[in-house]
Amino acid sequence: MIARRDFLQAALATSALYGASGFGNWGRLAAQQALTQDDLLGFETTGNVTLMHITDVHAQLKPVYFREPEINIGVGAAKGQVPHITGRDFLKTFGIQSGSSANYALAYPDFEALAKTYGRMGGLDRVATVINSIRADRPDALLLDGGDTWQGSYTALKTNGQDMVNVMNALGVEAMTSHWEFTLGIERVNEIVENELNFPFLGANIFDTEWDERAYQPYKMFERGGVQIAVIGQAFPYMPIANPKWMFPELSFGVRQDNMAEVVQEARDAGAELVVLLSHNGFDVDRKLARNVDGIDIILTGHTHDALPEPLLINKTHLIASGSHGKFLSRLDLDVQNGELKSVKHKLIPIFSDVIAPDPTIKALIDGERAPYEADMAEVIGKTNSLLYRRGNFNGTWDDLICNALISEREADIALSPGFRWGASLLPGQDITREDIFNATSMSYPNAYRTEMTGETLHLILEDVADNLFNPDPYYQQGGDMVRVGGMGYRIDINQPQGKRITEMTVLKTGELVDASKSYVVAGWASVNEGTEGPAIWDVLENHIRSEGTVTVDQNTSVKVVGA
Amino acid sequence: MTVTRRKILALGAGTLAFANLTSLPAFASVVEDQIAAVTGGAAVQDGGITLTAPEIAENGNTVPVEVLAEGAVAITILATGNPSPEVATFRFGALNPTRRASTRIRLAKTQDVIAIAEMADGTFRKAQSVVKVTIGGCGG
Repeated sequence: MIARRDFLQAALATSALYGASGFGNWGRLAAQQALTQDDLLGFETTGNVTLMHITDVHAQLKPVYFREPEINIGVGAAKGQVPHITGRDFLKTFGIQSGSSANYALAYPDFEALAKTYGRMGGLDRVATVINSIRADRPDALLLDGGDTWQGSYTALKTNGQDMVNVMNALGVEAMTSHWEFTLGIERVNEIVENELNFPFLGANIFDTEWDERAYQPYKMFERGGVQIAVIGQAFPYMPIANPKWMFPELSFGVRQDNMAEVVQEARDAGAELVVLLSHNGFDVDRKLARNVDGIDIILTGHTHDALPEPLLINKTHLIASGSHGKFLSRLDLDVQNGELKSVKHKLIPIFSDVIAPDPTIKALIDGERAPYEADMAEVIGKTNSLLYRRGNFNGTWDDLICNALISEREADIALSPGFRWGASLLPGQDITREDIFNATSMSYPNAYRTEMTGETLHLILEDVADNLFNPDPYYQQGGDMVRVGGMGYRIDINQPQGKRITEMTVLKTGELVDASKSYVVAGWASVNEGTEGPAIWDVLENHIRSEGTVTVDQNTSVKVVGA
Repeated sequence: MTVTRRKILALGAGTLAFANLTSLPAFASVVEDQIAAVTGGAAVQDGGITLTAPEIAENGNTVPVEVLAEGAVAITILATGNPSPEVATFRFGALNPTRRASTRIRLAKTQDVIAIAEMADGTFRKAQSVVKVTIGGCGG
């Protein structure tokens, strides 16, 4: 294990070189209950270039609650390293006071109580206020979106991403990259890219399968503050594996490390003095890429939804993690002289929706986008007694509820729910509206299948997904979090090789071990196979919540984790 | 700087060795036999050959692989975990400007893909890479 001490030394070195991030500051102010918009936005403009980064918004136009993960295990070189430090350890690593707004924004401890104190986070109208404030200091600040923008809400689903395209255009985004965008289907993506977007859709690692040629623009050169800046886009590398390939059959992705090295060189040869990678690789893949490919000054990471209050320096590359669901916007002030990055000043700006005033223009635009659907979204379906959240390696209460719904509504023995990282949280006592259900389920392949699987097949699936999460080499980690399982428990030893991690698979209702040769009725959703049949998962969930009235989700103790 | 796959393999050697074990339990000698069948038992050196293959196959039925070995007279590709491991041998004449071969191969399961180059002087060079074949789904 690489010790936390090493990380702290790296972090200290960064601070010593570039000055403090200003992070501890707002943590302290918030603890004194004196948080103001000026505190959140306060930043002494330095250098000659400013970058603004937002990523993984998942179509959340309005403020939401979002609980950060409790369990987020790192393996291989990432073991014990950020972003795989959670909870109290996270607070300690960054010197964050318990109960502070920073605690609430960045870590799960005391989430329910702190959510009541500090309120919802995000809202692109608040983000607009932050962007405007930064542009007032530095008019040519560059705004970049890391993708996972057009999917995740009722309105994004109903408008095929148009609501998000309109709002991101209005915010003045200047380049983006992608992942879930492609689940709108290739025709819709290309229609947006060609006719709707005011800015380039970058993807240096997207190729057509037939000719192995680039399908999208790999990078865009910007001149800001007299500096030539190359922004390279890297889409989610495992798009055709993790999501339905039939929706974009002629595209190939991949990490393509050698290709990235070539694009960096091409950008440098074209005169780039600063190379920024706008990435949807996920943090651990980006960390490895930074170790192996020279010449990238900044990686704006995405996909894994991590929020880090300080940059992580790997060789000469600064990794920035800006969270998800609109909770944060990262500001970076850079001093670039003679083609060299001389200093980095960074602030992860938390979007406390009750502290930052909404920008009236963007608020009106958002309300307009939502208006045709407002009545449908606002309908109250039930109520929750429990905290509902998704993020975490093994289970979350939203998925426990979804699995319960699949088992009861589809009369199944066992339920499977994918380990997505997106989905807003709900507090105990809150009503569950239709919008809340869609915030946890909205996507373009929602059919809830019902099928028979043998114990052997179930084991194979669990082993396959586990290796996609816990393979010690991040380039071999394909997916999201572990598939969530209802009606069945298991033991997982994360350090074992594929085929040997999962044991003690047990049918919960009988307590019997799963029999490899016996068939079980399995219900699930989000199959990547074309032609999957069944009702949409949101209808299954709505029916279940309606019949329950008030839902309670018991603590899930069915997964025994070894080796973390 | 161009980072070659060889360098990556060197950097990731510990990890990959572990990954190899996971995909090929106890079959190391089988792979050695497969290599010996190509080389006639001659010693094989690493380096001087670049194998490009995806880390995870997007479609196990058609996985693109490319091999570059300047100075090679022949390049053989082995899919060590397939029922018939020998995929193809490319032979180069004196007039071939580059010694590069690319093709698409079918992989039955997660396995090591090995490229072996026979050089003009009769020596052999080898590069290998794990290609994972997965069920998919569950993408973040």
